[in-house]
Amino acid sequence: MTTQPLVIADRTFTSRLFTGTGKFSSSALMEEALLVSGSELVTVALKRVDVADAHDDILRHLHHPQFNLLPNTSGVRTAREAVFAAQLAREALETNWLKLEIHPDPKYLLPDPVETLKAAEELVKLGFVVLPYVHADPVLCKRLEAVGVAAVMPLGAPIGSNKGLLTKEFLEIIIGQSKVPVVVDAGIGAPSHAAAALEMGADAVLVNTAIAVAGQPVAMAHAFKMAVEAGRLAYEARLAAPVAHEAVASSPLTAFLD
Amino acid sequence: MSFRPVFEAHPWEAVKASIYAKTAADVERALAAPRRTLDDFKALISPAAAPYLEQMAQLSHRLTRRRFGNTMQLYAPLYLSNECQNICTYCGFSLDNKLKRRTLSSVEMLAEAAVLKDWGYDHVLLVTGEANQTVGVDYLEKALKTLRPHFAHLSMEVQPLDQADYERLIPEGLNTVLVYQETYHQADYKTHHPKGKKSNFYYRLDTPDRLGRAGIHKMGLGVLIGLEDWRTDCFYTALHLDYLEKTYWQTKYSLSFPRLRPAEGLLQPKVEMSDRELVQLICAYRLLNEEVELSLSTRETPAFRDQAIKLGITSISAGSKTNPGGYAVEPESLEQFEISDERSPADIAAMLRRQGYEPVWKDWDAALA
Repeated sequence: MTTQPLVIADRTFTSRLFTGTGKFSSSALMEEALLVSGSELVTVALKRVDVADAHDDILRHLHHPQFNLLPNTSGVRTAREAVFAAQLAREALETNWLKLEIHPDPKYLLPDPVETLKAAEELVKLGFVVLPYVHADPVLCKRLEAVGVAAVMPLGAPIGSNKGLLTKEFLEIIIGQSKVPVVVDAGIGAPSHAAAALEMGADAVLVNTAIAVAGQPVAMAHAFKMAVEAGRLAYEARLAAPVAHEAVASSPLTAFLD
Repeated sequence: MSFRPVFEAHPWEAVKASIYAKTAADVERALAAPRRTLDDFKALISPAAAPYLEQMAQLSHRLTRRRFGNTMQLYAPLYLSNECQNICTYCGFSLDNKLKRRTLSSVEMLAEAAVLKDWGYDHVLLVTGEANQTVGVDYLEKALKTLRPHFAHLSMEVQPLDQADYERLIPEGLNTVLVYQETYHQADYKTHHPKGKKSNFYYRLDTPDRLGRAGIHKMGLGVLIGLEDWRTDCFYTALHLDYLEKTYWQTKYSLSFPRLRPAEGLLQPKVEMSDRELVQLICAYRLLNEEVELSLSTRETPAFRDQAIKLGITSISAGSKTNPGGYAVEPESLEQFEISDERSPADIAAMLRRQGYEPVWKDWDAALA
């Protein structure tokens, strides 16, 4: 049984599980896990790869036709630095897709909304397909949409925390009003979190830590693949909501119509 | 970017068929859903929802109170002109209707305004026909300038304008624009609007987009119920609202559901909507959208209005006159349509208080515009 494909900018994805490449114990293990995950969009930190080296260990393991690379700007602290890093990434990795992340705070790695909006606007003008990592802030997401980002990536919980969808109320608002795809990024710690995000209508999730640091990353990658598929299928099949039947003995509000 | 491609992706007959195919199970699912979709809305306005009316009313009442509290906004229309170059088969001001035409001067506007101020109003809705020579943008600008010092909130229900015109009027204190599509049925629209600028369906359809781009604070949508199948027409209103909320997310929205009233020498409704069905529609709108304002005019009877205010309505008019000069200048002139609720604003306010609502006369400030 298949679900609707996801379209972002000019690309169509069958898999709604986007993945990260950090924190694996080896690049070989990363490669195996990502292949099992079915992921078609893989983010890679510009700061982690040696773009001058054609045999870079991470990039070498990502050489599969199904993997589209999504360079990210992790490490930059301002819009200016992000634009610079983006141009570098575009040249080196030959893609204009970009996960824009600006977190000047090294402790919680929380995204800076002011710099992110500024950078997004400039990068769109420079022809990038921009996917910004942001707090689950509905107004910021609309502002980003207005400057032309291809998707928004609000966080479910602090990055790497594995705490799940702590921002659920705000994610619901974002999903409800967004005209671009919504990818829940950061905080997803278990396949059940990923399924819940897809069930509520998120277009995709991005998972890294929960797979990379699991007891068995390859098996966990498979678990996430199934959870994302199940979540999306459930969303499209329309959930049976809990029935809130209240016995209505009389008709106090509509009796006047009789 | 405009609503047009969204509209064209939803052919009338297919929409209508999908509404009438809804079942009790669809209605129950819609009632239980934590957030309702446009598909749920179809179920709620379908004939299948009729047995669930009390349940819908209870839910609508609760959701409305949670968002709007125990308050009711009050406003009154101020008709500035009945000159009109359009033929609209249902309207008393239609070009082919023989009646004395009048456009208020600034002095007359102020005389009318004085009556409304005296009644307690701080929010007026300026209404005109479409006569661009005499009641064009210059006239509207003059009206706003004249009335702004006297009211906190100025709304307008006039002919659709270009974006640049709206951009010119907004700084003059224009806060809200109501523009009703009348019907989303294209062929029927043409039949009811055979002549005048209004006969251009798509220019009217794209008006909310022009308003949104101009940065209007609030806009009102709706159809004239009676021209076409009301369920299908109101689905398009909901679709339009959904598109607009996502696109012009800084704008507020209100919905109206005027039922065609008898007017001088004009057509009878093609489709009759019962009181029960109107309640169903009001509740369905509320269940779809907890934030949208729902407005009920004096077209409806006192008996209906007194009950309906508890079912999702957030704004009502009172004491309305639908003829230019009707409050003070020339009370005897011909009305656009017959008023059903002729109680004074003071009587309406007293009725609201008896039912536990606070009448709100002022909810904006000229300093904010």
